[in-house]
Amino acid sequence: MQISVLRPGLLTTLQDLGRYGFQKYGIIVSGGMDLYSLRIANVLVGNDEAEAALEITLMGPSLMLEKGTLFAITGGDLSPKIDGIPVPTWRPVFLRQDSELQFGPCTAGCRSYLAVAGGYGFSPVMGSKSTYLRAAIGGFHGRGLEKGDILPLGNPGKKSRLLICQLENKMTKQPFSTTPWQAKASYITKQDRIRQVRVTRGRHFDYFTEESQSRFFQEAFEITKNSDRMGYRLSGPTMKLKAPLEMVSEGIVLGTVQVPPDGNPIALVADRHSVGGYPKIAQVIMADIPVLAQIKPGEKIQLREVSLEEAENIYLENEKMIQTIKTAIHLQIRG
Amino acid sequence: MELIQTAAIGPTTDVELLPFSETAVLVEFGKGIHPETYRKVRALAQYLDRHPFPGMREYISAYSSVTVLYDPVQVKQEQERIRDDQPVYQFVASMLQEMIDHLDCSTRKQVRTVQIPVCYGGEFGPDLEYVASSHQLLPEEVIEIHSTGKYLVYMIGFAPGFPFLGGLDERIATPRRSSPRLKIPVGSVGIAGMQTGVYPLETPGGWQLIGRTPLALFRPAENPPSFLRAGDIIRFSPISPAEYTAYKEERTCR
Repeated sequence: MQISVLRPGLLTTLQDLGRYGFQKYGIIVSGGMDLYSLRIANVLVGNDEAEAALEITLMGPSLMLEKGTLFAITGGDLSPKIDGIPVPTWRPVFLRQDSELQFGPCTAGCRSYLAVAGGYGFSPVMGSKSTYLRAAIGGFHGRGLEKGDILPLGNPGKKSRLLICQLENKMTKQPFSTTPWQAKASYITKQDRIRQVRVTRGRHFDYFTEESQSRFFQEAFEITKNSDRMGYRLSGPTMKLKAPLEMVSEGIVLGTVQVPPDGNPIALVADRHSVGGYPKIAQVIMADIPVLAQIKPGEKIQLREVSLEEAENIYLENEKMIQTIKTAIHLQIRG
Repeated sequence: MELIQTAAIGPTTDVELLPFSETAVLVEFGKGIHPETYRKVRALAQYLDRHPFPGMREYISAYSSVTVLYDPVQVKQEQERIRDDQPVYQFVASMLQEMIDHLDCSTRKQVRTVQIPVCYGGEFGPDLEYVASSHQLLPEEVIEIHSTGKYLVYMIGFAPGFPFLGGLDERIATPRRSSPRLKIPVGSVGIAGMQTGVYPLETPGGWQLIGRTPLALFRPAENPPSFLRAGDIIRFSPISPAEYTAYKEERTCR
């Protein structure tokens, strides 16, 4: 089984949960921006949640898929269609004939995930299939997809084969068949709303002026055009330090919000460096990283403070919810 | 920010453990760049390499701190097993505190010394003249000072295999360029303030470039993928352009 790339889209890369364990050598984590959507996409096709999926950004690709492919699309809505027919998202979809999967306008969120049964047939580099563009490693030759690329697919496992059997037997006139059930869709942003993103105080929060501290939580920030997989640059109230802060570079983690001298905060995401030397004003909680990941440049966010203990509880609850969704999907697959 | 615990390690330095997020704790051994502080950073990093705790993901060691990343779900499972009901971050902090209390920083671990051949000046080091003139030195004197220094790799970061080196002679410390270059060739050796380092990948950057090494610092096919490691001692040895080219050819023929 394979997928041929007819049009690559804006930025389509292979990503999994990330490359952990090598930050001490300067190797960044990478991985999917919206890990909720990526994990669920994999579970929907019977894969391990840690398999790689295609992360499709803003303008999607056109892909030629072979008959018999089982796939699922989650995340932002980039209007996927097969032979002009909208493809249901957050569901397993089985192809009855060779078909072109075309992504169209982006109507909600900004990143879709395409998981296929068996995963993509690439060898992990340092334990991960995630594409690390700058170092040109992982994924498909360390780069985004290009026209003419052929992506080999892996062999579907037992759960995937069970699903394929179920969907092969369903009779419809459509070029594909799907299940009557779907997974819980989440974190899809509507253009006109200001999204809430929860943060804990960063370790240098107290070093900022009181005015900056209160405006940080009271006013909205816009995600600027310079935002990418490395960092989301925020524009809004300018954050000022009480006094210049002398500090040496130290570790940064997913969701760290640091403030460079120009006073505009940057929320660090998947392709962040392992270390940084700017003051840290806040820390986006893990459960809200997928929310942030689906916000487009030009849209606004409102930061809301939670305590560390709340953040921890939200993390544990969120993981429990994901486990429940996984169990529910597994039960559906077993019939 | 809440301070979990403070305890003395050694006669002078205090260590601070701070919750960084719901998935990371920061262990800070000091504020600046000091070999003494760094010894403690190394000691904890090496301990964690040998004895990762259940649920630990990895750590990031820096000049004076170690950031320890963990999976709260896995740590919680461990806590349930031993019937501990503290918040996860406190449990992780107390575990790290326990380790730090028993860290042995006195024993000298084996230190690796690495020679890095550098072709200084010319097209390889376009800022050598500038660095020299801004200190009223001759380019040869800058090369002499840079290549007789002994440098400690404090951390690898910013780019794969990029070493942050301490130990630069003040006489050649030079601020970053006012406007960064968009493309810095692989292997470029640069100076930024009191730091010196080598670019393992072609990236944008603002360091003053004084030379280039033919040695590959980022080696994705090897484990570890970084030629240099935190804790290594580095010496730069000057080579001629002909030697640089010969070295490059030899590597590609292999």
